[in-house]
Amino acid sequence: MIARLFAIAVTIFARIVTGVRGEWRGCLPEARQRIYFANHSSHGDFVLIWTVLPAALRRCTRPVAAADYWRQGRLRRFIGDKVFDAVLIDRDPASRQADPIEILLAALDRGASLIFFPEGTRNTTSQRLLPFRSGLYRLASARPQVELVPVWIDNLNRVLPKGEIIPLPLLCTVTFGPPVSMAPGEESGPFRERSRDTLLALAPAVEGEV
Amino acid sequence: MSAGQQTLALFGGVTAILVAASLIGFVLTSRYAESPVVGNLNARIKAWWVMVSLIGLAFALGKAGIIVLFALASFAALREFLTLTRTRRGDHLALAAAFFVVLPLQYYLISIEWYGLYSILIPVYVFLLLPIVAALRGDTANFMRRIAEVQWGLMISVYCVSHVPALTTLPIPDFADRSLLLIAFLIIVVQSSDVLQYVWGKLLGRHQIAPSLSPSKTVEGFVGGIASATLLGAALWWITPFSSWQAAIMALVINLMGFCGGLVMSAIKRDRGVKDWGQMIEGHGGMLDRLDSVIFAAPIFFHLTRYWWTV
Repeated sequence: MIARLFAIAVTIFARIVTGVRGEWRGCLPEARQRIYFANHSSHGDFVLIWTVLPAALRRCTRPVAAADYWRQGRLRRFIGDKVFDAVLIDRDPASRQADPIEILLAALDRGASLIFFPEGTRNTTSQRLLPFRSGLYRLASARPQVELVPVWIDNLNRVLPKGEIIPLPLLCTVTFGPPVSMAPGEESGPFRERSRDTLLALAPAVEGEV
Repeated sequence: MSAGQQTLALFGGVTAILVAASLIGFVLTSRYAESPVVGNLNARIKAWWVMVSLIGLAFALGKAGIIVLFALASFAALREFLTLTRTRRGDHLALAAAFFVVLPLQYYLISIEWYGLYSILIPVYVFLLLPIVAALRGDTANFMRRIAEVQWGLMISVYCVSHVPALTTLPIPDFADRSLLLIAFLIIVVQSSDVLQYVWGKLLGRHQIAPSLSPSKTVEGFVGGIASATLLGAALWWITPFSSWQAAIMALVINLMGFCGGLVMSAIKRDRGVKDWGQMIEGHGGMLDRLDSVIFAAPIFFHLTRYWWTV
């Protein structure tokens, strides 16, 4: 109950600060199992995607997040576990007990859709999008029936750049593009390249930074 | 008529026009249900109901209501403007100051009627202080362009917009209790000029007036819209300190400024590769799409009135 209210409060807050708007450009908000793969520049990224999803889809869509960040402190644990029902994965190969891909596949097999950041980490460079790691490819080849929807989150990196405290109330958009599917026998390299290009194609022509 | 009666008469008239517009929209929908133009028209009319209700509420709350309403409009306009600028990390503090210090301060100064400071806060103090804040962060890439864009955003979205509520601070003899009506005059004339240009353009428009800036603006819309809105301004002389011919000249000036404001703001949108400033007001676009004409008309209207009619 508290988690529900908290979730509503978070989405209202996100709407006020960023005026966020969802644009469905290549697919519709349908109730089918999906992996939403998005660019990652801020801890608030999945909140924005979550905010623009219709409530019915929101409940079965789980963000994939880093355990080392979201297990720190009671508030983050509460937000990660109870509010967003995040699938937490351990990024450090030395300390982890299970393969993160196995954890994600298990979540998919329980029927959840996922919000996934294929760059593997937050992009704090001036590049628009980092090269994709292999995660998306491995998920796609293991569960080919799940739709892969590219999602471009625009402007959130300007709202709160790393190291700043005061968020700027600039407008953000979340654009959902046409689903990507894997060609038969497609190798990891070309698939990563291709899905990355599809995601980049959703970014507006106007650069936030030149 | 007292000020209250005049205000009621005005809102009665505006409501009657909106009822008529909604009926026309309803008839058009039953005839041309599929037409995107009719769909957009109905969305615009609906948005007008909301906007008129908000302005009505602000009028009911008096001067404070008007100041808060336009402060919020400035906030929405500034975020739309700055979203389209090409600022960098180094501008963060300056931008935060623009939103959370400069904007509230400007409207506070208007609320205490400190003309000497609110009329120069942004063009003098902010103009000099914000680049200092940005320079101290040490990022020099595109420095002049970044500074210019932020300053322009503040001038357009905060300084110019704030001249609408600033009209209430003008000491016009025998007009003290009716200063809100001056705001009503400005908004009704300029906005009806926009609407009438749209109507005349849709009905008779053949020749584009500024094809490279705004393909929907036509010579017929321009002439018909400006002329009819100027007549409307003259007919509204009774809510102003102006005589009827003075009201006509004032209306003509603000209508021309409003038209040109629309062109300038279109040029910026073209340059940035967008069609609308935002999606805040359904059918109209963003706050800046709706306010562009008022933005260019308000400071001129303010200063002409101040020069000739105040003591």
